[in-house]
Amino acid sequence: MKNAVKQEIMALNGDEAVAYAAKQSDVDVVAAYPITPQTIMVEKFSEYVANGEVETEFVCTESEHSALTACLAASATGARTFTASASAGLALMHEILFVTSGCRAPVVMAIANRALSAPLNIHGDHSDTMTERDSGWIQIYVENAQEAYDSVIQAFRIAENLQVLLPVIVGLDGFTLSHTLENVSVLSDEIVKKFVGVRQFLKVMTHEGKMVPFKLDPENPMTMGPVALQNYYFEFKRQQEEGMKNALKIIQEVHDEYARETGRTYGNGIVDAYRLEDAEIAIACIGSTAGTIKTVVDDLRAEGVKAGLLRIRTFRPLPTEEIAEALGNVKAVAVMDKSMSFGGNGGPVYHEVRHALYDTNKHPYTLNYIYGLGGRDISPTQIRAIYGDLQKTLQAKRVENPINYVGLRD
Amino acid sequence: MTLSKKEKSWKEIAPAGVCSKPSTQFLTGDWKTYHPVRDIQKCTKCLTCVLFCPDGAIHWKPEKGDIEFDLNFCKGCGICANECPTKAIEMKL
Amino acid sequence: MQTEWKFTAKDIAEKPELFMSGHRACAGCGPAVVMRLIMKAVRGPTIVTNATGCMEVASSIYPYTSWATPWLHTAFENVAANASGIDAALKILKKKKRIKQEQVDIIAIAGDGGTYDIGIQALSGAVERGHDFLYILYDNEAYMNTGIQRSGGTPLGASTTTSPAGKVLPGKLEQKKPIADIMVAHDMPYVATASLYYWRDLITKVRKGIEVNGPAFLHVFAPCPRGWRSDPAKSVELSRLAVETCIFPLWEASNGVYQLSTLSKIYALNPQKKKPVKEYLQTQGRFRHLFTPQFEKVADEIQRVTDERWQRVLKKCGM
Repeated sequence: MKNAVKQEIMALNGDEAVAYAAKQSDVDVVAAYPITPQTIMVEKFSEYVANGEVETEFVCTESEHSALTACLAASATGARTFTASASAGLALMHEILFVTSGCRAPVVMAIANRALSAPLNIHGDHSDTMTERDSGWIQIYVENAQEAYDSVIQAFRIAENLQVLLPVIVGLDGFTLSHTLENVSVLSDEIVKKFVGVRQFLKVMTHEGKMVPFKLDPENPMTMGPVALQNYYFEFKRQQEEGMKNALKIIQEVHDEYARETGRTYGNGIVDAYRLEDAEIAIACIGSTAGTIKTVVDDLRAEGVKAGLLRIRTFRPLPTEEIAEALGNVKAVAVMDKSMSFGGNGGPVYHEVRHALYDTNKHPYTLNYIYGLGGRDISPTQIRAIYGDLQKTLQAKRVENPINYVGLRD
Repeated sequence: MTLSKKEKSWKEIAPAGVCSKPSTQFLTGDWKTYHPVRDIQKCTKCLTCVLFCPDGAIHWKPEKGDIEFDLNFCKGCGICANECPTKAIEMKL
Repeated sequence: MQTEWKFTAKDIAEKPELFMSGHRACAGCGPAVVMRLIMKAVRGPTIVTNATGCMEVASSIYPYTSWATPWLHTAFENVAANASGIDAALKILKKKKRIKQEQVDIIAIAGDGGTYDIGIQALSGAVERGHDFLYILYDNEAYMNTGIQRSGGTPLGASTTTSPAGKVLPGKLEQKKPIADIMVAHDMPYVATASLYYWRDLITKVRKGIEVNGPAFLHVFAPCPRGWRSDPAKSVELSRLAVETCIFPLWEASNGVYQLSTLSKIYALNPQKKKPVKEYLQTQGRFRHLFTPQFEKVADEIQRVTDERWQRVLKKCGM
């Protein structure tokens, strides 16, 4: 697709790309707390504020728990809000993640995916956001800094869509993406501002019997976040799920609209299939590792091996149909997990891909490869070995080892 | 607390628990055992009872120039009787 | 500068009830009286945010709400962060001309549970950042909503469910955390203490807190008949006794400069009028064990500490 609009190329790392996207998106309030490897996002944003380049209230809260709370409260008051965190910071916000989703506040949060303690590790893995997959936040994982920039802008439109009204996490791999410089094509301020638009509000019925915009406004008082006892709580949760159901369609629509502006696509916005149409063996993964895997796929294809890759971009809501369709003709798939679910017989992505495949009439062999925990690097050689395992599985017509650890000193 | 089908479905209610009724529709007057009885001769309309009622169950009616007890909300705590400077209120069964 | 707001009981009684009847607080609930009175001090468009606790739960059981103002509850330990977010949003939305009101006041309300202990981080942070809001602490001296467990605000010798008076221990062994003094140490624009019997003083201080530019903190003494095992009819009287015994002195501090309130000055100028703490302790079942030979020393300790803290307050107030 040709570039629809003129774009400038800037040298930005993942964090800077995120900060730049937030800068252009007419954000009203940013409340954040620094944590490696997200610090560059907040530092960059503070620079914009100090130079008068943004019309944003920047609140340096005293903890991540307060950061997300402040964003939630600001969002409830009608502001467009953005924050960022990682690892322990996201874990500290845990309670409020559920409250934010329950309050239907369209907060956008960038997470520089990083390992959880103990032991302490500041490097990239997915344990922080995988742990929050039940929280009612949309989760989009990016492959490179370009996609981080694009996804943050799209996130505001997705979150604020009145059929969705759910907060969005944009995950980028800690250090691998957050701190690595790339050429990033950025749109002009005007185009981004036009794309994100002005925040709209759902009309709700209040205790005064009026249908008014859903926000804290002294002219139309409403009570948000009450106690809902056993006879009422369930229905609010079902409403959140409906937002998730609508989100898949909206994520695609926003992705496609953005593609018309920029000429850039990421699969269909939900999943990004690479040379998968006639693939016999494939890897399913999330995040920046996809870039490395693509080079291995190309090498294997040149040797005549029918290899492919499925990168899952939208992890929540889980795109079961899209995953099943993409992997439907594959005979053996290795699902890569950059996090663990202790005692769960495999990692979270493995569980969910198997779940997506279960109800289809095609059941490829599935293997789990847990890798990269605590930022441990993975090489093309190791990825090639995974494809080798898949070939061996097809030959042996059985799965030798369902759960594997890549690069672990055994 | 009811689980009856008369309650609205998830499709019909506002999100985020936005409350749909003011608490003035929830009458707490049946909580009480004792209720306040005022000796109008002793009452000086100082409005102390109006200010101190935890439930706002005593109203000052300027058009009548008098106070009014709203037994729909009175929980019978007895603060009004205890605080009345002229002991004009008595809590009765 | 702040206007001197003069009001009569009739003026207050005629103001609308922004904390509506029909809430589920206990009969004789001190905090409920505090809620009614503080909402009478509101001067214009106001947003209220509450921490989890008695006043939050009792006033917002879906689908009923007792709040006639916009109201937000998120969690237990973060009401000051709520206020920070609302303050930031109002500031920027006003700048971007996306809200119509010239001035919207913010009141953050929490109990001693959500303030002394779990909430102190958010409170300290919000005050340090200088957000424009009034934080009202309604102190019933324990985690009442979850069943009377001790908090940092529970006084020495009080029996609570996690510091019960038993065969060996006389209730809580630790002193009440001087939360209002901690807030003064933040060098914040306005800190004050109030007690609900002295309603005129309370309402005046709430209005002052609202009017001040920047953060204000109000510590309100609010008896709980359920948790204190006291007569529900005496909740207001107890809030008076606490001041008369100098257990809860009334003062204000503007930018760190202490000033004793008139109602406590009486006891500074006429020490003979100061009532012995035993008169206060004997009204409450939570101190009942202090009237036994085994633990009566604790009652003496309470008197000693009360006197010591009172002298400290007098010194700070330049008396």
